[in-house]
Amino acid sequence: MDAVLLQLLNGLDKGGAYALIALGLTLIFGTLGVVNFAHGALFMLGAFCAVTTHKLLTISKSVQDTSITLFDVHKDVPYLQIWWGDIGARIIDYAVPLSVLLAIPMMLLVGVALERGLIRHFYRRTHADQILVTFGLAIVLQEVVKAYFGANPLPTPAPEIVSGSANIGAWIGLGDALSYPWWRLVYFLFSVAVIGMVLAFLRFTTFGMVVRAGMRDRETVGLFGIDIERRFTIVFGIAVVVAGLAGAMYTPILPPDYHMGMEFLVLSFVVVVVGGMGSVGGAVLAGFLLGILQSFASMNEIKDLLPGIDQIIIYLVAIVILLVRPRGLMGRAGVMET
Amino acid sequence: MSDNINDPSRRRALKVGAALGMGLAAPSLIYTRNAWAANFRNDPTKAKTVMLGFNVPQTGPYADEGLDELRAYKLVVKHLNGEGDGGMMKTFKPSKLKGNGILGKKVTYVTGDAQTKADAARASAKRMIEKDGVIMFTGGSSSAVAVAAQSLAQEMGVVFMVGLSHSNDTTMKDRRRYGFRHFFNAYMSGQALAPILAAELGTDRRAYHLTADYTWGWTQEESLKNATEKLGWKTVAAVRTPLGAGDFSQYITPAVNSGADVLFLNHYGKDMVNSLTQAVQFGLRDKMVNGKRFEIVVPLYSELMVQGAGAAAKGILGTANWHWNLPNEGTKAFTQSFVKEYGFPPSQAAQTCYAQTLLYANACEVAGTFYPPEVIKVLEGYKFDGLGNGPTEYRAGDHQCMKDCLVVRGALHPTGKYDLLEVVKVVPRSQIEYPASMGGGELGPYIV
Repeated sequence: MDAVLLQLLNGLDKGGAYALIALGLTLIFGTLGVVNFAHGALFMLGAFCAVTTHKLLTISKSVQDTSITLFDVHKDVPYLQIWWGDIGARIIDYAVPLSVLLAIPMMLLVGVALERGLIRHFYRRTHADQILVTFGLAIVLQEVVKAYFGANPLPTPAPEIVSGSANIGAWIGLGDALSYPWWRLVYFLFSVAVIGMVLAFLRFTTFGMVVRAGMRDRETVGLFGIDIERRFTIVFGIAVVVAGLAGAMYTPILPPDYHMGMEFLVLSFVVVVVGGMGSVGGAVLAGFLLGILQSFASMNEIKDLLPGIDQIIIYLVAIVILLVRPRGLMGRAGVMET
Repeated sequence: MSDNINDPSRRRALKVGAALGMGLAAPSLIYTRNAWAANFRNDPTKAKTVMLGFNVPQTGPYADEGLDELRAYKLVVKHLNGEGDGGMMKTFKPSKLKGNGILGKKVTYVTGDAQTKADAARASAKRMIEKDGVIMFTGGSSSAVAVAAQSLAQEMGVVFMVGLSHSNDTTMKDRRRYGFRHFFNAYMSGQALAPILAAELGTDRRAYHLTADYTWGWTQEESLKNATEKLGWKTVAAVRTPLGAGDFSQYITPAVNSGADVLFLNHYGKDMVNSLTQAVQFGLRDKMVNGKRFEIVVPLYSELMVQGAGAAAKGILGTANWHWNLPNEGTKAFTQSFVKEYGFPPSQAAQTCYAQTLLYANACEVAGTFYPPEVIKVLEGYKFDGLGNGPTEYRAGDHQCMKDCLVVRGALHPTGKYDLLEVVKVVPRSQIEYPASMGGGELGPYIV
């Protein structure tokens, strides 16, 4: 029972990341009709917003390290700590949550700049052209990050208060055996909150209503005198912010490196296809579903029966779903069927 | 014809014959040392410089180690060419190195990115051999890469001095005449670690292995299983994980409730940093299982990994080939030289790569030629000291260096960012040695 619950929790936090990335991907596809292969790189850029925040907060003064006597060596003491002591150290400790404040404007800026500067030129081009240009963009973004931050993963820890594990077993009367890392719980709740906000924005605001109408029939919305292009630009920006936030908050789980986006990109595309191209709800549902399935497939009991299943489960499910429901779980007719 | 041996005509004939024989033999006596010079790949005899190839992972899960290897290679080239403070060239004995390059030729180099992938490493090494004309190539932070590169070395007749490779296969099943390994291996780690584990954790333990799914992971898992099961430990499960998995949570959670009370992380580099950090996040080290505290063991450690894992590595046991604060002259010379150049101490990956390059250069000097079969013959059975590991021997039978190794622990109370490992014990060679024939494998011919 404990093992099943643990894998379920694992699937939920992993699914949260898949759902957040896939949500942005499907929003872009649903509004602009663009297959965005740079979305994984945007997730990575978000993660590096957290790294940048951490670096900014730990700008340091170099002082002699007296613990090493064999040679002269210096250690770095952050200015924040020198100026404000424990309060400065506390601020540094909260670098990852604070990075959200940097990630939102930065990613919005990146999103709008990309859409205006590059993506809009490819609206009426074939999907193959869009894939090529966005994939190229992803490689450029990766190489820029690599040139500046290096190739190695950069550990960006969670705040001390949530660095341990929560005794979930005791909460639900299952004893001490079931514990789960606090930060992963935080990440799951964070992803649910962000998904909820995006869905509520699309559902309950006039802006969202216009965007949804535009997703259904862009020309008719245009005939009402609404500048749907401008709204879609903002949607692109929002999708990029969602990917960035997903990346920034993921850094304590996986130390970021320049290549991390590619690992998520392929999975997220599978999530979008399984959920149904252009379906926001489908992306969220498929994200969590595939995260949980992947997690359960890693159980030893399952792998003993089907060796290697943990590596292929997502693709296997995608094949089955596409055979049974070619439009995905919640896909609409007419999307990518021309 | 006269039968008298003193017959002047007979003596004259002998004299003429002897003189003729000597005359004919003289050129071969004089030139024999380099008689094969024109017959081997990338012969630098007529060039002013000699080109070496440094093929290290600059990307991928072992990139940290690769970049430190590259620093060491650049430093050793300086020292070989007589620049800088000389580093371990001053302490290396016996040595014929003079600081004037190799055999009087200035050392130059090319670098490549092995990407921690066997196919990429092989392609990069092939380019170095065919396009850049390297006489020797070295590097690597993965045994899959080492095995592939070693096989290429044998095919192409170019010596490969293995970088960081810890799989038994490198010098057992997949040993090659043209490949040499200075680093220790998984069998040695098991033999060194087992007595310490018995002393600290007892003989009644249940172990769970998470293992990187390639040659190094497999042999380390096997070596540790064999060594701990001899102590009386039981192995609950051994689970393979893909290289570069990133998020190991799905593999760690089954270990939590498996009944195991020790988790072996047969991971290295970025994978080890991730799996150890995540195992600690899952609260494994706070758990009590079977009435004992749950323990994590990282059989192969490096300072770079401990830096990456941070507080998660505190108190965790493992083994290492070398550490920068060992109290011997070679280590001091190398560490001081490296710190002067880069501002921080070297990793064990850097030390093994530095040592390998010096050993190759010295072998050329001793052989008096770059001709690979002669260089190989010098290295086989070569006994030396002063390269940081104490008295060491390059065994002729399997091309594995035999020397002491270290059992280390993540420092409990580090006071700076470099004193992150404590040496628990220097394990003597006699405790970890094994017959050269173990594991099978054939070195192959000298001439290819």
